[in-house]
Amino acid sequence: MSVQTAARPSSAGAGTPAPLKFRTPRLRSPRTPGSRRSRRSLALTLLMGLVLLYSLAPLFWLLVNATKTQDGLLNSFGLWFDGDFALWDNIARTATYDGGIFLRWFANTVLYVVLGAGGATFLAVLGGYALAKFDFPGRKAVFAVVIGAVAIPGTALAVPTFLMFSQMGLTNTPWAVIIPSLISPFGLYLMWTFAAEAIPTEIMESARIDGASEARTFFQVCLPLLAPGIVTVLLFTMVATWNNYFLPLIMLKNPDWYPLTLGLNAWNAQAGTAGGEAIFNLVITGSLLTILPLIAAFLLLQRYWQSGLSAGSVKE
Amino acid sequence: MIKTLTRRGLLQASTVAAALALGLTACGGGGNAAPQQTVNSDAVEAALQKGGKLTVWAWDQSLKKVAEGFEAKYPNVDVNLVNAGTGNDQYTALQNAMSAGSGVPDVAQIEYYALPQFALSKSLAELGQFGAANLDGTFTAGPWSSVQAQGGVYGLPMDSGPMALFYNKQLFDKHGIAVPTTWDEFLEAGRALKKADPKAYIANDTGDAGFTTSLIWQAGGKPYQVDGTNVGVNFSDEGSTKFAETWQKLIGEDLLAPISSWSDEWYKGLGNGTIATLSTGAWMPGNLVSGVADGAGKWRVAPLPQWEKGANSSAENGGSSLAIPAASSQAALAYGFLKYSNVEEGVQARIDGGAFPATSKDLASEKFQNTEFKYFGGQKANQIFAESAKNVPAGWSYLPFQVYANSIFNDTAGQAYVSGTKLKDGLAAWQKASVKYGTEQGFTVKE
Repeated sequence: MSVQTAARPSSAGAGTPAPLKFRTPRLRSPRTPGSRRSRRSLALTLLMGLVLLYSLAPLFWLLVNATKTQDGLLNSFGLWFDGDFALWDNIARTATYDGGIFLRWFANTVLYVVLGAGGATFLAVLGGYALAKFDFPGRKAVFAVVIGAVAIPGTALAVPTFLMFSQMGLTNTPWAVIIPSLISPFGLYLMWTFAAEAIPTEIMESARIDGASEARTFFQVCLPLLAPGIVTVLLFTMVATWNNYFLPLIMLKNPDWYPLTLGLNAWNAQAGTAGGEAIFNLVITGSLLTILPLIAAFLLLQRYWQSGLSAGSVKE
Repeated sequence: MIKTLTRRGLLQASTVAAALALGLTACGGGGNAAPQQTVNSDAVEAALQKGGKLTVWAWDQSLKKVAEGFEAKYPNVDVNLVNAGTGNDQYTALQNAMSAGSGVPDVAQIEYYALPQFALSKSLAELGQFGAANLDGTFTAGPWSSVQAQGGVYGLPMDSGPMALFYNKQLFDKHGIAVPTTWDEFLEAGRALKKADPKAYIANDTGDAGFTTSLIWQAGGKPYQVDGTNVGVNFSDEGSTKFAETWQKLIGEDLLAPISSWSDEWYKGLGNGTIATLSTGAWMPGNLVSGVADGAGKWRVAPLPQWEKGANSSAENGGSSLAIPAASSQAALAYGFLKYSNVEEGVQARIDGGAFPATSKDLASEKFQNTEFKYFGGQKANQIFAESAKNVPAGWSYLPFQVYANSIFNDTAGQAYVSGTKLKDGLAAWQKASVKYGTEQGFTVKE
């Protein structure tokens, strides 16, 4: 709304008092029919608060319980702190337990996300741009394939993929996780529609007339326009790759290549085997450490995402 | 648009069908046994001296020490110990690798209940060729019969789980309740405990396939009859009925804590006196020590309660073997590892690590029998466990698709624990579902 108020006076010429006076009531008017509306918003606020509580409670639980020792975890109330504050100790033990394998899992996950999600986004951007802006035979077939692929859950493809990769000798290597992650049908579809909307064909034409090569047109003219869409796809693929469980479970047998999801599950399963040590406190602390990068990514990237949404709204 | 839709539909349908077909192959396949080679024990020794790299899939932590000792004894052998998942996860991975024909380990840890499944599909090397049949008498009866199928030996017993009653002595003493020696007394003790302390339960149970089959085993029941691909499933025999009747009372009177084993709540309950007893395998002490530090000194061990007063019968719960997948190209070397781990020096290394052995010699040894458990107030608990190992009734067998059967327990029999279903009907439902699955898998199943 601030964009609108800032934009209007300049288009209406110098800031004459008349339009301002005219505009003030218009801005306020939604609030004045008053009581009915505010009651509704109170209900909405309450609902919103409930939803917020519902989504934050598990996070709160995780945070609280990451500060407890294994004993404290079992002997204290779940939603509040225990006497001992063992968070730092837990973090240190999580990082060093079993020869510091947690850090290795962390690095693996980062590797899979950078190469997998990064690659998937890159391919989706290239593909989406090409499909939106170039006409070629078979475009509709590609559309059918992409839509079909969106509908097939990755889990259903995991076993066939395993058999195929096994033939190629790729199982039990990081490639077995990275290569399937490179394909994001939903990301491609999203980029496709976004590119169709966000890049005016006229801009591309004028770039070409100015003598820019296709690559330069794409990288220097179109790519910046696609930034909000790219961020959206990046967030989606990042979350998907970061949380990927089933594919690595099937593909990887060497704990040295496990991502965090598999590693933490292995630690958790340890409590249920004969002679295994129960380390719930480390599993919980590990889980907390696992979600921190995702939260950071969301906080850092969401402004680009938001600007993208509003950028669309002020467009002529 | 209609055109696109049909094309899309077709495409989806064919992809899904392909995925399903491949998935099924993955589950049902694995029948390609490696060419049988006749190797004797000299060949095993030669392979050990020659050396090589062995990949071992096992989740048991104490094998680390064993592998170190093995490498020290046979310097040319390099053991790559891989935790490929626990229990079911590992079996799925193993099945997948066997179907794909690559990435199959040389040695795999397989629990007794899952072994017949792999043995029957010829996915495991028969160990008689290396002289395993001569090991008769080395292991206690329960585990030794568990590794045999189809007239062959398909694994060497790594550990065993003769059952005993672990109980919170402090809690029993506090309320003046006697430690039960029969399951009827167990029921009485449960009632008395609930009366004395409404928050305490005699045991926890939310429906556990392994526990159920173990107690039916103890009661002399033989619900599973297996002869090659001819399988019988019948939960209406006397042993099964005994179990169902007693447990129905425990469930009906709310004497069982609704807490699943191995959950954090369970560990908590064992420590704070919510759960008074555990009827489980002799491998439990290690878990109590590390997981229930609070219980140190409070807990004791007693023989498993009996179905008949004065009887002397037990059962196995849990326990696993080491087996050699048929696809391994180094079966002789792998057998050397099996022998070292489960018959020779490795056994002691595992006992020192808190594992419960399956070898008769070690169970009978003075040192083992006289080990005092600080956790159990200095009690020589191994004497109870070793006695229990001797009293496991022979003739028990698991289904050649027990992994699947156990996975559907909670949808069938387990319903008795959470809804009003009678346990007897639940077991009947379990039987029906097992028969259906077995028939689909090509077994001749009769009820």
